[in-house]
Amino acid sequence: MNILYFASIREAVGVGSETVVPPADILTLAALIDWLATRSPGHAAAFADRGRLRAAIDQDFAPMDASIANAREIALFPPVTGG
Amino acid sequence: MTPTLIRVMADDFDVGAELARLEGLGGGAVASFVGIVRGGDGLVALELEHHPGMTEASMQRVADEAARRWPLIGMTLIHRHGRLEPGERIVLVAAASPHRAAALEATGFLIDWLKTSAPFWKKEHFADGGARWVEARIADDEAAARWNT
Repeated sequence: MNILYFASIREAVGVGSETVVPPADILTLAALIDWLATRSPGHAAAFADRGRLRAAIDQDFAPMDASIANAREIALFPPVTGG
Repeated sequence: MTPTLIRVMADDFDVGAELARLEGLGGGAVASFVGIVRGGDGLVALELEHHPGMTEASMQRVADEAARRWPLIGMTLIHRHGRLEPGERIVLVAAASPHRAAALEATGFLIDWLKTSAPFWKKEHFADGGARWVEARIADDEAAARWNT
């Protein structure tokens, strides 16, 4: 599974993308983020404030209780600020 | 399908040429919004990051929703990325319609929804060397939500 990070989340994690193989009992975005947060202090800092974390599964915005079954790409980022 | 031009690019765009294209579609009204990098407080540049795989599809969804709500005959949505200095153009949205009310309302809708539903992020760079990511504003969410009624 390919994980993409953007903006402040990318800077905190320290990389723009990584490939991971989550354990089989990781079923939702929220659970995936809990698991990713254990990978490094940078990951933990990036995901400390869940209220300011947004996600997309296979390039569609998704809520934190969304299933990650069959997901190929997951993007994690702060609320958008374009326009 | 309403003809819609969507572009995400580092280069600047020609507002006159873009509006002329919409004027040529035969409607009675073209409305537009241009967003500019706002200077002040020592800002020397904005850096715009986006999710390349997702950006254009997100903008297309915003355009599709506008076309569902108003009788439009054409739309243009252009958003730049990369490093932009104060006074530079960031974004253009424009709508062509037989009548002005639809063109004006659709233009407001396009920029309000674009701000809250396309994956762009702004980082501010200051003259003292500091930098910070722009925080999402409640007011932007409220501006987008007013179209939900």
